[in-house]
Amino acid sequence: METSKETVKDVVSGNDQHDGQHAPGEHDGHGHVGHVHGAIAPRRPTRDQLQHIQGWGADLDRKNRPGVPMERTPPRFINAPEHDPVPQQQNVEVLVSTERPGRTPLFGTVQPPSGLSGMIRRGAFKLSENDVRHWLLLILADRVNVVEGIGQDLAQGRIPNVLGEMGIKAELKHNPAGLAKKVAIGAAVIGAAVYLMKRRDEDDERARYRHHRNRYR
Amino acid sequence: MLAMNYRGPYRVRADHKPDPVIEHPGDAIVRVTRACICGSDLHLYHGLVPDTRVGHTFGHEFIGVVEEVGSGVQKLKVGDKVLVPFNLFCGSCFFCQHELYGNCHNTNAQATAVGAIYGYSHTAGGYDGGQAEYVRVPMADVGPMVIPDDIHDDDAVLMTDALPTGYQAAEMGDIQEGDTVVVFGAGPVGIFAAKSAWLMGAGRVIVVDEVEYRLEFVKRYAQCEVVNFKEVKDMALHIKKMTDWMGADVCIDAVGCEAAGNTMQTITGVYTMMQAGAATVLHWCINSVRKGGNVSIVGVYGPTFNAVPIGNALNKGLTLRMNQASVRRHLPRLIEHIRAGRIDPKAIITHRVPLEEVADAYHIFSSKLDNCIKTVLIPPRANEVRAVKASTQAAIGNGAH
Repeated sequence: METSKETVKDVVSGNDQHDGQHAPGEHDGHGHVGHVHGAIAPRRPTRDQLQHIQGWGADLDRKNRPGVPMERTPPRFINAPEHDPVPQQQNVEVLVSTERPGRTPLFGTVQPPSGLSGMIRRGAFKLSENDVRHWLLLILADRVNVVEGIGQDLAQGRIPNVLGEMGIKAELKHNPAGLAKKVAIGAAVIGAAVYLMKRRDEDDERARYRHHRNRYR
Repeated sequence: MLAMNYRGPYRVRADHKPDPVIEHPGDAIVRVTRACICGSDLHLYHGLVPDTRVGHTFGHEFIGVVEEVGSGVQKLKVGDKVLVPFNLFCGSCFFCQHELYGNCHNTNAQATAVGAIYGYSHTAGGYDGGQAEYVRVPMADVGPMVIPDDIHDDDAVLMTDALPTGYQAAEMGDIQEGDTVVVFGAGPVGIFAAKSAWLMGAGRVIVVDEVEYRLEFVKRYAQCEVVNFKEVKDMALHIKKMTDWMGADVCIDAVGCEAAGNTMQTITGVYTMMQAGAATVLHWCINSVRKGGNVSIVGVYGPTFNAVPIGNALNKGLTLRMNQASVRRHLPRLIEHIRAGRIDPKAIITHRVPLEEVADAYHIFSSKLDNCIKTVLIPPRANEVRAVKASTQAAIGNGAH
């Protein structure tokens, strides 16, 4: 495909200031190239040169850009209510940022904090969002929660199909060579670990034997 | 109901869980007919977003049919086919009153650092998302938009996030006529950002990525130049050479925290989480843009911190703009573009996968297998939509005649 090199070539061919391959004033061994003649300035294509671009310039006029200016009031395009929403009834535990005066009128209620991960999350929410420990504790809680999730599955008599959850079927179908490579690397790593552990056990056994022999000599 | 169920990093499955219920008078329950996997869902999938709880259902790009409404809902009706912007917003707070619908202050109790987003962890509010058969949609009279009859469902689902985010990325770049715009990332958002840059009068659009098939696609789809950064020794230097040593007028980060291209950034940002994701593209943007230029950021980063060359941004006099897309305000204009044939969002969809196979769908998208660009999940009850619609139309027809 046409990639960077050809793209650069295209650019260079239209450049009347330098060859695009050398910094201004740089020497290429065949005389100075890339001298800057006059000020460096960007080249702009003409409108005629851009006519083949589908939809070109339809939103050139800023009036056509809905996000210009960035902030405007009253708001458009929505059925803006006159008042804040009535507060949602709270039926489950919802953790609230310390950087707020209280709960928001609306909030999510799914997966309330529970277990050890919930305790860690409650601890995290005693710290402000400005405190990096807040976020690090939440990440820690997420990892603990993964183990809890496996425990929940097992408690429900369900052995999680980890490989299936990781999309092994798709990997097998669309990337069999990659899968084989991963399996080979995995097998090699496990094999090496087993070998090293076995060797360590043998070394320990020899050491124990030598120690025993020296002791009774 | 059947729903996507997060079990841990790189592990998801389709599972049964209780149907959502009306929890507030302004709620609606929507039966999902299409739900996309977004590039930013991959940050959740990879375990990079704090407070992503096991059992969470992802999905902030979805459309569906209203099944039930709360007592306070006056405008939306059962049977309406709606697209639901990924931002969950109230419409009345200070920020919504200023059209910053992505920064609502009334819907996310758990963080002030981000607004509420469907199915995007408890950091983004703790609402389940739309990769399910049903989803709770709060503030039903404010957020969702009834899909016009002439707008295809596949276009509509892409208007919930990817298209408006790409459009807003270009808009925040404040593109002037003839500007050179560099878009980092050839995923769906980057593709739409490139397309939108032309709409705003760019003179040159260059898209940077490492995935060949995506570069091939965007070159054809958005009529732009492409650069494969794997073939480039130094990104900023390369862009300078391409732009008469000026640098680009506008650089857009459409990648975010899982950028490839810099080993040290990847180790510190992704593997060890010592910073809130790899800031590779932020570096490239700041160092590739010209003095006085604009950097627009829509790639998602975590809430902690990133090492970025802010001194260069200062000394070059750059304007840095960034935000979650304020989806709702972009919809009318984007619909005009679709109707005028200036943009064809659904053309980027490469995969349609039953919700039951969500684990494979995530893996394909995450690992960029099978030339995947955009995946749409189809819940088992999606086809009932047509039946309901037909019966509704029949009822309306009988009543009218």
